[in-house]
Amino acid sequence: MTLLSVENLQVHFRTPDGVNRAVDGVSFAIRAGETLAIVGESGCGKSVTSMSILRLLPEPPARLAGAIRFDGRDLLQLPEREMRHIRGNAISVIFQEPMTSLNPVLTVGRQIGETLRLHQGLSRKDAEERAVEMLTLVGIPEPRRRVREYPHQLSGGMRQRVMIAIALACSPKLLIADEPTTALDVTIQAQILDLMRDLKRRVGAAIMLITHDLGVVAEVADRVVVMYAGRKVEEAAVRDLFRSPRHPYTRGLMGAVPRLGAAEQPGAPQRLAEIPGMVPSLKTRIDGCVFAGRCPSATDLCRSHAPALEPKAPGHLAACHYAPKDALAA
Amino acid sequence: MTTPLLAVDDLRKHFLLGGGLLGRHARSLKAVDGVSFTLEKGETLSLVGESGCGKSTVARSLMRLFPPTSGQVVLGGRRIDDLSAGALRPLRRRIQMVFQDPFSSLNPRMRVRDILAEPIRNFGLARNRADLDGRLAALMERVGLPREALSRFPHEFSGGQRQRIGIARALAAEPDLIICDEAVSALDVSVKAQIVNLLQDLQKELDLALLFISHDLAIVEHMTHRVAVMYLGKIVEIGPRREIFLAPRHPYTQALLSAVPVPEPDAGRTRIVLRGDVPSPINPPAGCRFHTRCPHAFERCRTEEPRLDPVGGDHFAACHLDGAALPAQAA
Repeated sequence: MTLLSVENLQVHFRTPDGVNRAVDGVSFAIRAGETLAIVGESGCGKSVTSMSILRLLPEPPARLAGAIRFDGRDLLQLPEREMRHIRGNAISVIFQEPMTSLNPVLTVGRQIGETLRLHQGLSRKDAEERAVEMLTLVGIPEPRRRVREYPHQLSGGMRQRVMIAIALACSPKLLIADEPTTALDVTIQAQILDLMRDLKRRVGAAIMLITHDLGVVAEVADRVVVMYAGRKVEEAAVRDLFRSPRHPYTRGLMGAVPRLGAAEQPGAPQRLAEIPGMVPSLKTRIDGCVFAGRCPSATDLCRSHAPALEPKAPGHLAACHYAPKDALAA
Repeated sequence: MTTPLLAVDDLRKHFLLGGGLLGRHARSLKAVDGVSFTLEKGETLSLVGESGCGKSTVARSLMRLFPPTSGQVVLGGRRIDDLSAGALRPLRRRIQMVFQDPFSSLNPRMRVRDILAEPIRNFGLARNRADLDGRLAALMERVGLPREALSRFPHEFSGGQRQRIGIARALAAEPDLIICDEAVSALDVSVKAQIVNLLQDLQKELDLALLFISHDLAIVEHMTHRVAVMYLGKIVEIGPRREIFLAPRHPYTQALLSAVPVPEPDAGRTRIVLRGDVPSPINPPAGCRFHTRCPHAFERCRTEEPRLDPVGGDHFAACHLDGAALPAQAA
């Protein structure tokens, strides 16, 4: 069952030197209970997409077009008052930086309880009780003591657990996790990824995971959308994507990341595969394929005509004129 | 045996935190607490470990951005940790640094030309104006930037290009050793690969030694010769790349390696998830500093600090479990 569908989303920002097409016609859907990863490098539009779902972008300068359907309604058409019932309730979010996204002058318990009191009308006392339960759920020891502490008294990993507790307090249907482990050390990242996997089983929320780390994607995602320069260039189930990436950008990304253990194998490459050049400016209209300027196999066709996203294998979409296509692709 | 390019012996850096009347009970943060290693010409040694393990403090002490508390630093056979600022100055040319953040490590009001010319002028490397221009052009070519870019300002460049400028600035002084403190960590995947390749090419061409500080173990494995793993101010394991990655001996190294997410959905590895957080370096645990999180800790670990002992060849580990109790474990 489709929980959220983003249809031809466009997010353009008016800037003093022209329109920045941060997201330019992106569509995807998230099914109930699934984990969808959105992967791409800085400026590809992945965070802007998630901010658009929550309608957290100031309009203007942002201008949103397209549709974001959630529970039968188009979030882009909802009045602000109704959006407030959805944020932190049916859809919640975990940000990258647990230090700056918690309020330093409120106790952890107050911050977890805030959403519960607002959305579920709990009393202060009941909300604190529930906050203790939430801290237990996310694996914080001594929750009764911790619930009265302030963010600065917690370590980075614990703060991110608190963020997760806040996000899950109202049992959301969709959890947006924007680079949830990027600021954490690797052993703490392992703890948080384990927690997210475990909670997904127990809570059943769908997760939209935004990340640039292909390792994290491989560990937690069911399906993956690859974005580049504001467009979706590939989408597939996680195994299909890693086994046979179709878009040259996805293949480039995978070649550019060394794999732990690979260096000791015979025939290991001495150099990392580079993607030459850099991401194009989003302020000039790009008529052809957005990746043409850096693609090793680009032709005149690529530079003049944007390739359509089409199935290259069952359930595997890619936007490339030359991506290999299976006979059975439907 | 020839003298190594750099030899660090029992380096310590304690930061005084104040507190206590007349400083009698002043506490100190033992950021680096007895670190020793050597580095040869043309070699890469990587310092790995998590936030607060002291790896950046090692770098900054070597650069003498602050004076070390104790220990020795010997560069090319000459002790440099006790030199006066004036005596050290000409030697600073030999160790240069590339920083993590290419946005804050370049002066926004200087043109690239002036950024690169500064070390050349400081150390009097250019004979005349023409020589300076030639050096600047060669540096730009070496790091893969167009010569015209010399007249531009840092804000006109992307993150990857700025990191190239940072590398060119380090090379301008003609150093023997470049310390890269998380130099590729802030870069996007595709750009990171470009910079890693550039560093490896430069090392080969110029026979540079690199002290590569990073928390990204996959990048480290790709480009290093030797690895030192740090935990709470100490090296817990040091050895050749192959030994560290294929047969790590210290339980912390094993956990660290197993925690790295691998971009293969069916990798099917067993992960050692460490409980809890890194303890505070102000009051580190007694005995082995890792015992509070170690899955194998036993009584002796809580009381007696293990020494960094050889476990075969160039490979050293600081752990009370001997080879029999703790078989080398493939990550």
